[in-house]
Amino acid sequence: MLSVLALTSVVLLGIASQCTAISVYTNWEKHVQVGSDVRLSCSFFSWHWTSAEVTFSWSYRPDGAKESVSIFHYTNGAPYIATKGPFRDRLEFVGNPNRRDGSIMIRNVDYNDNGTFTCDAKNPPDIMGHPSNVRLLVFEKVPVQAGVITGAIIGVVLGLLILVVAIYYLMRFLVARRVFSLSMRHGKKGKGKEGSQQRQAGPSK
Amino acid sequence: MLLLLVGIVILHIAALVLLFVSTIVSAWVVNPASSSDLWINCNTLNGVTKCDTANTGVWIQAVQALMILSIIFSILSLFLFFCQLFTLKKGGRFFLTGAFQILASLFVMCGAIIYTVMNSNWVHPSLFYGYSYILAWVAFPLAFISGLIYVILRKRE
Repeated sequence: MLSVLALTSVVLLGIASQCTAISVYTNWEKHVQVGSDVRLSCSFFSWHWTSAEVTFSWSYRPDGAKESVSIFHYTNGAPYIATKGPFRDRLEFVGNPNRRDGSIMIRNVDYNDNGTFTCDAKNPPDIMGHPSNVRLLVFEKVPVQAGVITGAIIGVVLGLLILVVAIYYLMRFLVARRVFSLSMRHGKKGKGKEGSQQRQAGPSK
Repeated sequence: MLLLLVGIVILHIAALVLLFVSTIVSAWVVNPASSSDLWINCNTLNGVTKCDTANTGVWIQAVQALMILSIIFSILSLFLFFCQLFTLKKGGRFFLTGAFQILASLFVMCGAIIYTVMNSNWVHPSLFYGYSYILAWVAFPLAFISGLIYVILRKRE
């Protein structure tokens, strides 16, 4: 019985490791101000342990162009930056492959850097998966995202309301407890006086 | 007594409905070819209507937040009115209900004022004020009067 169970679990694990694929995660869009640095993060999820032969590959397609160029590759434990690409001296590898992080940093972005960046990660033997895209948008002044301030104002006001209600009930609870403890002390004093009066009244009779 | 109760509740609900319509319907500024409100801008060209999301400036988001907060506070005030109707002792005043309703009216007033003062940032000069904007201004005194009535009213059996 136990051997059948062990065999089934081994077979299932074997099938499972071949059916799953690697999933690569990046941001959807990145809004940056011209002249600043931007960190493009890329991480992956894989059912296998992170192997020593894990590879990260970044490519870039400018807005309006049809082809993408390869700008970065990490393999065999060493990062390689394309020496003739548009980011040759502005790109830096800031990821940690052991923690499944293959992020890159681009310094001093310009309006020509608008475009789509693609990250492809492979973790042998898990090499089946889709690469993930992140769009870079460069602004002169980063606009406020829709709904951020709305949500903040609503949250602050409702939070203040809840705080006021909580403080009111806390004060009521504390006052009630104080009144209760005072009445207890009065009750004990009253009983003590009655007892001494009874003792005085007893011998006189 | 019952008549008074029904009248007050109708007044409250009327203010609430005005708030809802003003916030949701897209007619704060209009001209024959386009309408715009707190959430989207629509243009009609040759019978085809095209809408896209409104400008995401700081001030219009503040107006959105204030309108939504006024609706929330008005609904809370209506709920509190029914709670207090059954739990308040005889001769007591509906202070909490009135306070929430007055707060709601103040939020609408702030929202309408901010929209009036700052709308040159995102509105084309050819547009003029639509009925949603007017309803927001009408909802403010209505809600304020409703709140005052709650504060003055005393509970009778």
